[in-house]
Amino acid sequence: MAVLKSDIKVRSDEFKANVAHMEGLLGDLGEKIEVIKGGGGKRSQDRHVGRGKLLPRDRVRGLLDPGAPFLEFSQLACHEMYGGDIPGAGIITGVGRVKGQEVVVVCNDATVKGGTYCPITVKKHLRAQEIAMDNNLPCVYLVDSGGANLPFQDEIFPDRYHFGRIFYNQATMSSRGIPQVAVVMGSCTAGGAYEPAMSDDVIIVRQQGTIFLGGPPLVKAATGEIVSAEDLGGADMHSRTSGVTDYYAMNDSHALAMARQVVGTFNRKKYVSVDVQAPREPLYDPAELHGVIPRDIRTPYDVREVIARLVDGSEFDEFKKLFGATLVTGYAHIQGYPVGILANNGILYRESALKGAHFIELCCQRNIPLLFLQNITGFMVGQKYEAGGIIKDGAKLVMAVACAKVPKYTIMIGGSYGAGNYGMCGRSFSPRLLWNWPNARISVMGGEQAASVLSTVRRDALEGRGGTWPVEEEETFKNEIREQYEHQGHPYYSAARIWDDGILDPAESRMAIALGISASFNAQPEETKFGVFRM
Amino acid sequence: MFDKLLIANRGEIACRIMETARRMGVRTVAVYSEADAGSRHVAMADEGWLIGPAAAAESYLVADKILEVAKSSGAGAIHPGYGFLSENAAFAEACEDAGIIFVGPTADAIRAMGLKDAAKAIMQKAKVPVVPGYHDEDQSPDVLKQAAADIGYPVLIKAVAGGGGKGMRQVHAESDFDEALEGAMRESKAAFGDDRVLIEKYLTKPRHIEIQVFGDKAGNAVHLFERDCSLQRRHQKVVEEAPAPDMPLALREQMGAAAVKAAEAIGYVGAGTVEFIVDVTNGLDGAEFFFMEMNTRLQVEHPVTEMITGYDLVEWQLRVAAGEDLPVGQDEISINGHAIEVRLYAEAPANNFLPSTGTLSRLRFGATGPHVRVDTGVREGDQVSIHYDPMIAKMIVWDRDRSSALRRLRVALADCQIAGLNSNTAFLIRVAAHPAFIDGELDTGFIERHAADLIPETGGVPYRVLVLAALDQVLRRAVDARHMATKSNDPHSPWAQVNGWVMNDDAHEVLRFADGDEEIAVTVHYQTNGYIIDMPGGSVRARGEIDVEGNLIANIDGVRSIAAVVKEGQLITVMSHGSAQRLTLHDPLEVGDMEDGGSGAITAPMFGKIVQVMAMPGDVVEKDMPLVILEAMKMEHTLCAPENGVVAEVNVVAGDQIDDGAVLVSFEEKE
Repeated sequence: MAVLKSDIKVRSDEFKANVAHMEGLLGDLGEKIEVIKGGGGKRSQDRHVGRGKLLPRDRVRGLLDPGAPFLEFSQLACHEMYGGDIPGAGIITGVGRVKGQEVVVVCNDATVKGGTYCPITVKKHLRAQEIAMDNNLPCVYLVDSGGANLPFQDEIFPDRYHFGRIFYNQATMSSRGIPQVAVVMGSCTAGGAYEPAMSDDVIIVRQQGTIFLGGPPLVKAATGEIVSAEDLGGADMHSRTSGVTDYYAMNDSHALAMARQVVGTFNRKKYVSVDVQAPREPLYDPAELHGVIPRDIRTPYDVREVIARLVDGSEFDEFKKLFGATLVTGYAHIQGYPVGILANNGILYRESALKGAHFIELCCQRNIPLLFLQNITGFMVGQKYEAGGIIKDGAKLVMAVACAKVPKYTIMIGGSYGAGNYGMCGRSFSPRLLWNWPNARISVMGGEQAASVLSTVRRDALEGRGGTWPVEEEETFKNEIREQYEHQGHPYYSAARIWDDGILDPAESRMAIALGISASFNAQPEETKFGVFRM
Repeated sequence: MFDKLLIANRGEIACRIMETARRMGVRTVAVYSEADAGSRHVAMADEGWLIGPAAAAESYLVADKILEVAKSSGAGAIHPGYGFLSENAAFAEACEDAGIIFVGPTADAIRAMGLKDAAKAIMQKAKVPVVPGYHDEDQSPDVLKQAAADIGYPVLIKAVAGGGGKGMRQVHAESDFDEALEGAMRESKAAFGDDRVLIEKYLTKPRHIEIQVFGDKAGNAVHLFERDCSLQRRHQKVVEEAPAPDMPLALREQMGAAAVKAAEAIGYVGAGTVEFIVDVTNGLDGAEFFFMEMNTRLQVEHPVTEMITGYDLVEWQLRVAAGEDLPVGQDEISINGHAIEVRLYAEAPANNFLPSTGTLSRLRFGATGPHVRVDTGVREGDQVSIHYDPMIAKMIVWDRDRSSALRRLRVALADCQIAGLNSNTAFLIRVAAHPAFIDGELDTGFIERHAADLIPETGGVPYRVLVLAALDQVLRRAVDARHMATKSNDPHSPWAQVNGWVMNDDAHEVLRFADGDEEIAVTVHYQTNGYIIDMPGGSVRARGEIDVEGNLIANIDGVRSIAAVVKEGQLITVMSHGSAQRLTLHDPLEVGDMEDGGSGAITAPMFGKIVQVMAMPGDVVEKDMPLVILEAMKMEHTLCAPENGVVAEVNVVAGDQIDDGAVLVSFEEKE
């Protein structure tokens, strides 16, 4: 295969400044994650541990194979939302390995508002289930939740993608043969009671787990019956009388060991439908990505410098190198798995869109997973390009991206603006996984363009009515827009709302992608059927 | 020379005899008990014959069975090894009657030396010096007490038929005599069925020096110099060496001549050992020596003599037994260098040398060759059982002088890896490294005197052991995961990496070890090239690999060393520098066998009538303790405590008719 050659000078001041900038961003991210790992805070955690419970992260670790990787999702969910005191949205999700089997883990954090569900908690839970469905991955639910966070009821109960969807998904997944295990390590009340009930196997922890439709206060209010939580829905009752639970655990550790045993009975095999090579490190250290990415998102650079640090042996067989050069397409391997890469190297023209569509067709034909590296300001505009039919060629790319059934992965490595986001497999196009790098920005257009467009429209309107608009006022107006876009386009804002699956250190990207691809082989390959390409 | 030799023994000595026989072109026949069916000595032999159950009294000690096997297998000779039938005159006679050569002295010689007082009388007649003592038949306590007074305290009371320290008492003052005598007689009666005792002068600083002798049927007799077996624990030899340190030439010649005289006195044929006791209160120079006893067999410690003389004593035994003359004369035998033997035992020095049994989950020795010899009857995976001597191996080293030999010994012991049971390896290393021992301070009281140095208090787990245990754990996991991945259809899966990878976090893991009741948390931080291991005592950088031999090649803070770690269930044995430290690893995932108890109650499994109630409120009960008997379906059902706990309520009495599911006994909530 062809080996990429880097022109990056790692001793240059420019490189060092870039590294310092990226490490600053990563340092800030690390601090935020550190706080999130602390869940509901020390007091709350101490109280939790004082009850003989394991902390949620220890539960996850205890479930997984020792030392095995854990690909966590949406760590920053709920960041600075709803008063900013629901770290991680009170739930931990991710893919991990149990008894050699990749599983999606969904673990409530009872130290955060009693593990109750705010709107983002619901979204995070549903996203984890979606990943399980896309990749045909078994699910293990480590349940310890007070159910719906009642003040948010209008945003979590009634709609299609609200709380009920969790159980709809459980049923749908079960019908597709996806095993689901619930480990009841705390409360499962009301709607939440269906989470174990809808699972294939249920483990409950003695004197700790409870499952009931209505808790003791509600029962008392409704019928006057006075009953303890334990008698109403504890482990003994459910394991001996109701049959709601299948396994009786003495404590958290025991419950996790049982969950591992249950996963060990799944009897599943992966379908590795691609030609895997022995993994090799890139010729250029992936950590150099910290210095490759310019400090200013608008600074152009050759995206092959990124590819050279992501792929095995820095080997990249480029497709149509000389045509539509603003989109780089080609074949490579990441940790041994073949990938087809589409990476922006400038604005999208009709040629680049056509080339992208063609390349996606090839990868679908050959069953090669796709990796999109987004750094796109959008499609070219102007009379010449509209007349050249850029819309119909852009549509071909969007059609190809949408219909491609091979596993798709997207990383926002820079800007992600406008229709470029669609053509490069943005969130709406259901990539299996999507990550932001800490320097990325996402919005319908760049803050600067939005400020210009909006101020132009406003000035035209004002002046049309014979008014005037002082330059200082216009500048204030534009600044507000710029600030709004900067704030809303920031990866933290995106991650908080689960527009992505997490913020990724560029140097760790190879591992994350490879984990994603490997996990995807739990599902059998699907055949792609494209729609009508406007010609 | 006979074509076929039956070895009426087991363990290392059977193996050692077979090696010589094989080299001489003699076929070998092993006999074995049911417990030894898979033993090394059976595997080594050309033929193996089952002779009975594990108990030696029903197998290795049954002369008739062994003779029968010798006849059936066509063996021309029987080598008895040591122990078992080796000093059994009746057996030697039976062999002779059956026309089978007994590799050893005549029955008469065995008998002559078998009873200590008789042996001493013979020696006195032959002008071999004996310890002042009383050896007469009159066993009345007063006579014995008077004899003790005549000899002068301190004295030693010994069983006439004794050996191995049984029926033996030191008496330092007349006031203690009666009680000591009674004890010695009682023990002697129990052990040998003979309560006769003799009384000897007790030497305060004695050295045990013995002379190897050899006689042939032509009446030739030679000695092969001395062995010093002074390092003993409760009269059991621990370290044996040849020649004896600081042995004056004149004394060696005197003792050698006396030993040969002793052998000649009884017309001795074959290998024998004349044991002397030497009073070294004023050093070895000009010291007096006294005859103690003669062992009419090959000794456990014979290899040290072989190492310094260059002769194979088993070969000599076989040649002499076959009627050949001794291959060399006294003038041709000389001493070359120094040899030391230690006995590796399955025992726990820290626990009063309590014998230890179990499976040798790991048994490795360092390189052997001209300097290091290992005689063993067990292999890795073999059992050390309660049925026989718990000796694992004998390690014999040789070098040009004693200090070089001691260095070899320390190194060879440090290379030993023994797991699955306790061994005395570390104890032996401390002996070999003890300044007083290096200085040649040798007498039978050495171990007792230096016990504090040799058996130190256990002072927790050294940090190095923790590092090795943690390192082995993570490395082994990686190997297992790789192995699993290779078998799967996603062989290069990044999920099979054991690097603790997590998004945006330091990849680490906490391993919880336990040393007794003490829990020790060790945090392993996964690095690109190895690990950082944090422990209560500090932090190290470590990496390593497990080689094909199962050795852990560890690099800790830049220092490379070889160790081995064996994990059996949750039990971990870290073998390093000759020590074997045991730890348990608390694996939260290995709790699958936890009971589903905890019901907090016993409920009636069906309709029935209570027959008996054994529980009372407040009773502390143990799991599976029967509490209620229920009669139902014409059967009695015993209902037991589901777990350890305290009875809270008993809701029934005998005669009650109860419903299916009724709570009969409830227990107090556990904290």
